[in-house]
Amino acid sequence: MTSGIGAAEPMQTTRAAIGDSDPDGADRYNYAYLDEQTKRMIRRCLLKALAVPGYQVPFGSREMPLPYGWGTGGIQVTASIIGPDDVLKVIDQGADDTTNAVSIRRFFARVAAVETTEATAEATVIQTRHRIPEQPLREGQILVYQVPQPEPLRKLEPREGETRKMHAYAEYGLMHVRLYEDIARFGRIATTYSYPVMVNGRHVMSPTPIPKFDNPKMGGNPAVQLFGAGREKRIYAVPPYTDVRSLDFEDHPFAIQRWDECCALCGAGDSYLDEVILDDRGGRMFVCSDTDHCGTRRARGHTGRLGADAATAAAAKPRGAAR
Amino acid sequence: MTAAFETGFDTSRLATGFADPVLDAQAAFRRLLAAFSYVGRIQEVAEIAEIPAPLNAATASFCLTLADLETPLWLDGAAGRPAVAAWLRFHCGAPLADAPEGAAFAVVADPAAMPRLDRFAPGTDQYPDRSCTVVIQVEALSQGQGQGQGQTLRLQGPGIDGTLDLVVTGLPPWFAETWALNHAIYPMGVDLVLTCGRKLVALPRGTRIEG
Ligand SMILES: [Zn+2]
Repeated sequence: MTSGIGAAEPMQTTRAAIGDSDPDGADRYNYAYLDEQTKRMIRRCLLKALAVPGYQVPFGSREMPLPYGWGTGGIQVTASIIGPDDVLKVIDQGADDTTNAVSIRRFFARVAAVETTEATAEATVIQTRHRIPEQPLREGQILVYQVPQPEPLRKLEPREGETRKMHAYAEYGLMHVRLYEDIARFGRIATTYSYPVMVNGRHVMSPTPIPKFDNPKMGGNPAVQLFGAGREKRIYAVPPYTDVRSLDFEDHPFAIQRWDECCALCGAGDSYLDEVILDDRGGRMFVCSDTDHCGTRRARGHTGRLGADAATAAAAKPRGAAR
Repeated sequence: MTAAFETGFDTSRLATGFADPVLDAQAAFRRLLAAFSYVGRIQEVAEIAEIPAPLNAATASFCLTLADLETPLWLDGAAGRPAVAAWLRFHCGAPLADAPEGAAFAVVADPAAMPRLDRFAPGTDQYPDRSCTVVIQVEALSQGQGQGQGQTLRLQGPGIDGTLDLVVTGLPPWFAETWALNHAIYPMGVDLVLTCGRKLVALPRGTRIEG
């Protein structure tokens, strides 16, 4: 956390915020950090990606002021689409308050003069790492995924030339064999994250490391879903109202994770839950991974098993660098 | 911008581009992003003060937003006037392609005389993104049915919730037939942007069209 756009604050040199006067202009950042030619290149790729849902468009990824793993691909996509009228939300594993999410949100507040929010419903652009919000998205919203590994076939075939051919000729037998081997070994498909999907009946796509719990939200969604992989230099997309199916078998249909418990804080029985260790005597609770969803429910008076005490405890736990 | 100076154009007589090249391009791109996301829905771009004829505002906006020195641009006979070529070179720096085959973007101002869609690059099986986007200026563009005039295209596919009707006046008579061929080579194929005044609508290759 000592490098990148977090603690080290390399953005001190950012006098890019619009309206700043800067007589020499030499070391100014452009609006939204990226130069216009890079934005145009990424914008062209985004339209191709929407035209061929699930196909990975190669792009000329630029160096960003933060290391890979911090979502450079997602940040470049966000920087290429965002404007002063947008309201940006950034989530990391469902939470708005991790260092990563806070840093990215501040970055764009500064270089793109956008309003930010933690409320899913208020956001026009949501950059995410590893979750899809619980609150259903609506038309006009754009979900930008940070992608560590865009290639769903990479574990089966390390050679880029070969995976590209597999996508070109829709040779997805290997993927099915791999999933079926899972069943043979575990009696079920053991993959719980990055569970591959078939998009528009044509391209197998990695949904990124979201839990498979979120996979069904991808299909037929009214919002726009854009994916950026910085290190691997790929952009892909799922347009609204597009068919997205998790790969499965007739005798072993796809199923999402279920919990026996409800959220200990808000009582939600239909959200994705994280396990939280409470003490060293084995005490634990399950709480919503989506902090905005959980908070909104509690604000409306919903309470979970641990009720107000747990809510107070959770609120008192150290938050991210800001807010 | 240097391209224009090198070729010796009098830039003081060129029509201006976006008033704010950064924020206007961002706003215009969002309309294009919406068009390619919500397929078949008409989007409106902002007016541009001066545009060389016969380009309309939506076509001009498309070019200013996406074209640059990396994107060879083909202009049909009607669009290929010296003032248009000079304006595009000055504001976008895009090289002009001699033939449709070599273009990343194409601008068609006279659809009645346009080449069939298979003349434009469809990309390759391994790189279907290396395809041409063809901007076609049409006479009229409206949503839904019952306008009397024009051809009703019933659209279906990614980006469309069920089906959607688009009424277009001015497409060539062979359009539906060649579109079917274009759609059949998916994921290869060209993408279309139909423009009329400030209105634009996208028809990406994955769209099925009846009509
Ligand atoms: Zn909860």
